[in-house]
Amino acid sequence: MKNHVYRPLIVVLCLIGLILIARIFYVPKDFGVHERGYMYGWYREGNTEDWTKVAVKYQGEDYCKGCHPDKYDSIMKTPHAIIQCENCHGPAIEHPSNPQKLAIDKSRAQCLRCHASLPYPTSGRAKIRGIDPEKHNPDIECVMCHNPHKPSLEGLK
Amino acid sequence: MINRRDFLKNTVKGIAGITLSLSAIEIIDPQKIFADKTDKSKVRWVFLVDTYKCVGCGFCVKACKQENEIPYDANVTRTWVERYVITKDGKFFADTPKGARDGFITGKIDLGQGKFQDIKKEDIDKAFFVPKLCNQCENPPCVQVCPVGATYQAPDGVVLVDRKWCIGCGYCIMGCPYGVRFFHPVYHTAEKCNFCYHRITKGLKTACVQACPFGARQIGNIKDPNDPVTKIIMTERVGILKEEYGTKPQVYYIGLDKEVK
Ligand code: HEC
Ligand code: HEC
Ligand code: HEC
Ligand code: HEC
Repeated sequence: MKNHVYRPLIVVLCLIGLILIARIFYVPKDFGVHERGYMYGWYREGNTEDWTKVAVKYQGEDYCKGCHPDKYDSIMKTPHAIIQCENCHGPAIEHPSNPQKLAIDKSRAQCLRCHASLPYPTSGRAKIRGIDPEKHNPDIECVMCHNPHKPSLEGLK
Repeated sequence: MINRRDFLKNTVKGIAGITLSLSAIEIIDPQKIFADKTDKSKVRWVFLVDTYKCVGCGFCVKACKQENEIPYDANVTRTWVERYVITKDGKFFADTPKGARDGFITGKIDLGQGKFQDIKKEDIDKAFFVPKLCNQCENPPCVQVCPVGATYQAPDGVVLVDRKWCIGCGYCIMGCPYGVRFFHPVYHTAEKCNFCYHRITKGLKTACVQACPFGARQIGNIKDPNDPVTKIIMTERVGILKEEYGTKPQVYYIGLDKEVK
């Protein structure tokens, strides 16, 4: 074979060799074909484990029960019992160490998520007592008049 | 003419080259490729949405974004809620402002580009909310199109994305018929709902299921015949989205309407 063919060929072969060697080190041992076969199960197995390690942020209402029993006991006797504390107060994460306090959102928007009247039959929305945000005491926070943990209408009229 | 010395030299080099490359290429065992695809795992996560119960409060979206570290103000989300309004004269409207992160607090339909449509109460024929999330398809097209093996189906049926492996080509985003994938604004890799994998593997409910005050969202294991979700899917009338695509989606809906795509 002539030199001008032979030399570039060696260079190319060396390059391929290098890439393949690099591949040995770069591709992790657990990368390959797994349970669902080549089409759906070609992956790095360690990644499944990685995903399980994401921190849990929403702890659920039972977590709050011990330290805020007044709020818990109060809300549990009302129709608002179905709403998780963290829906209104944000994720607990590691509260009370981090963050020390949870948010107190007094905005009307928070309550209007459910109580803005939408006349939608074939949807649960129609069953919730709705108000017209533009007519029902506009510009005043709902919690000035209603207790979110005890939203009773008694004595309001 | 080639002499003996060169011939031997070339042969040695050639063989060395070939063996070297073979040692580096993973030899895929055909048995593995066509392996028994009925997996032996005892868990197959599925989801059940009851559209009658959904009120469009959007707490699921709020919880999902915070639980899964999706930048709160970025206009992308792993799950969202759509509103459908069908009027008496046969017109049909659908919207999902900010993915319903802040719920639906007005009757005006968001038509986009700052335009809103007011619909009178008397004109409404049907109106309802439909929560959407990844269908964790049995035959996920997004996985098929991934050129690097960065997205895959875990043995329990959940489709995951390997952020270290993803090259950000976006094929999977185009490939998903349900539009559930997007680029993560921080990691710039493909992102999608994974049924809160870190929660379900610890025995917790997904963030959206826990947040839903009305029980419109439920998660279950279809391989467990005593699971309440399995019982509903097996005995009641449930629908799936875009059945004709053959993706075998595993999010089941109660109360689907033909307008819902
Ligand atoms: C281990 C006990 C503990 C648990 C569990 C706990 N909290 Fe607290 N929380 C505290 C303490 C202590 C404070 C008061 C911090 C301060 O005033 O400096 C506080 C403050 C708060 C505040 C702010 C009150 C204010 O006046 O600003 C809210 C809201 C709150 N917690 C909600 C919750 C919710 C919701 C949960 C459940 C997800 C929860 N907490 C779980 C101990 C706890
Ligand atoms: C519907 C939304 C909502 C839910 C659900 C809710 N809260 Fe609240 N919470 C509020 C609002 C709004 C305030 C502020 C009330 C005010 O200032 O009058 C508040 C105030 C608080 C405070 C501090 C202020 C105070 O009065 O001492 C604590 C602590 C608290 N909530 C705990 C809880 C716990 C625990 C739960 C669950 C059992 C819960 N909340 C459920 C909306 C809610
Ligand atoms: C997740 C949806 C949801 C949110 C958010 C919500 N509520 Fe309610 N609320 C309900 C439901 C459900 C009921 C019970 C059904 C009914 O009577 O309308 C209710 C009932 C009420 C009632 C009537 C209570 C009674 O005894 O009949 C008041 C007042 C009320 N809520 C005020 C508020 C206020 C103020 C807020 C904001 C802090 C708020 N709600 C947030 C769902 C919600
Ligand atoms: C100035 C005080 C005040 C404010 C602010 C206020 N409300 Fe009320 N609300 C009342 C009174 C009084 C009633 C009972 C009489 C009535 O039906 O109007 C009531 C009734 C309700 C009812 C029951 C309606 C029904 O049909 O039975 C709901 C739901 C409600 N309010 C939600 C809200 C929400 C949500 C907000 C904030 C967006 C809010 N309110 C703000 C005073 C207030």
